[in-house]
Amino acid sequence: MSIFTLTGAALVGIGMYGMITSRHLLRQILAFNIIGSGIFLLLGALGRNGESDPVPHALIITGIVVALSATALAVMLALRLHEDTGDTTLPNGHDGDG
Amino acid sequence: MNIGAVFDLLLCLLILVVAVGAVGGRLLFTNVSLFVVFGLLLALGWVRLDAVDVALAEAAIGAGLTGVLLLGAVARLENTGSGPVRLSPIPALLCLTIAVGIGGAFLRVNDAGPRLEPMVRANLGEAGVDNPVTAVLLNFRSYDTLLEAVVLLIALVGVWSLTRDACWRQTPGIRQHARPDGILANFGRLLAPFGLIVGIYLVWAGSEAPGGAFQGGTVLAAAWLLAVMAGLAMPPTTADTRLRWVLVAGPLLFLLAGIYGMTQGAFLGWPPGMAATLILAIEFGLALSIAATLALLVLGAPRRVS
Repeated sequence: MSIFTLTGAALVGIGMYGMITSRHLLRQILAFNIIGSGIFLLLGALGRNGESDPVPHALIITGIVVALSATALAVMLALRLHEDTGDTTLPNGHDGDG
Repeated sequence: MNIGAVFDLLLCLLILVVAVGAVGGRLLFTNVSLFVVFGLLLALGWVRLDAVDVALAEAAIGAGLTGVLLLGAVARLENTGSGPVRLSPIPALLCLTIAVGIGGAFLRVNDAGPRLEPMVRANLGEAGVDNPVTAVLLNFRSYDTLLEAVVLLIALVGVWSLTRDACWRQTPGIRQHARPDGILANFGRLLAPFGLIVGIYLVWAGSEAPGGAFQGGTVLAAAWLLAVMAGLAMPPTTADTRLRWVLVAGPLLFLLAGIYGMTQGAFLGWPPGMAATLILAIEFGLALSIAATLALLVLGAPRRVS
């Protein structure tokens, strides 16, 4: 099932590109989820020659739930930032330090 | 090349195209809509990988609940910045290199490495359930699942801690507006009972077929959210003591069962004769708490003033 391995690797790349190029927090959260999905796919497709292995599957289900928890918290933080400052991006490192 | 391989190839291409759209689309709404499509296609991919339990979780949680959460955020952030349409060459090259590196590395290890599947199969007789994924989640690796349930709770505490002082101890989320004879209200009336049945079925079926507390709990959460959004049900306030008990019931039951296991030998170790009963009790307790926690995570911090 190497095609799913390659897809997982490509998803990590696509998500990282979104993470780097987009400054909008919601897009970054979305890109973070795509990286996560890519990693799950890499793990799930790993060493799949015979029967499917329930241990990585259970780990991935746990991962999906934890990713949602992190996403929910991140979205609420972004919304609160927008409410308070009107911004949808984090300030630059220079601005923050100064 | 057989038909299955062709299907996998097309599916993977489609997943990648949709992922590119979700990241590169100009409008936030486009990004999020494509992300939901991405999640559903990925669920199809999990079915192709013989991971039906993961497919259910991805469709319900990855695509469904995350989609609702992000759509709600888009509604509140509308008109903020249209996104990138130009391709930036240097980050693209960097990410391409990383993807090729990871892909190459994983292809090399694809056939090696120990497999835990034989051990799971050898011990499935004592696990108390027939579904190997449920056996791993609630017996062999129940530590992970207990901590996962706690992570959900902590995330909700984090979300609630973003409440403004004026809205403290109020009803979570915004006031929902739905026409009583509109599509949403009718959907809420029609779909919520089915969601209830499907959710409970998924929890019950989890011991021998794909399903379980997380998948079932998510469907229950979705049914309740639909009723709330259709204006048919009112969420309790964050100060409600009963609600707080519902939220901790699952993890608490899990912990108590774990301590009972300790008196019989090992923490979170189920005596073989009791395993089936304990797992079923924990599954239903967890499903209730997970449903409530997930729904409240999606609704967010209270935002209406009394």
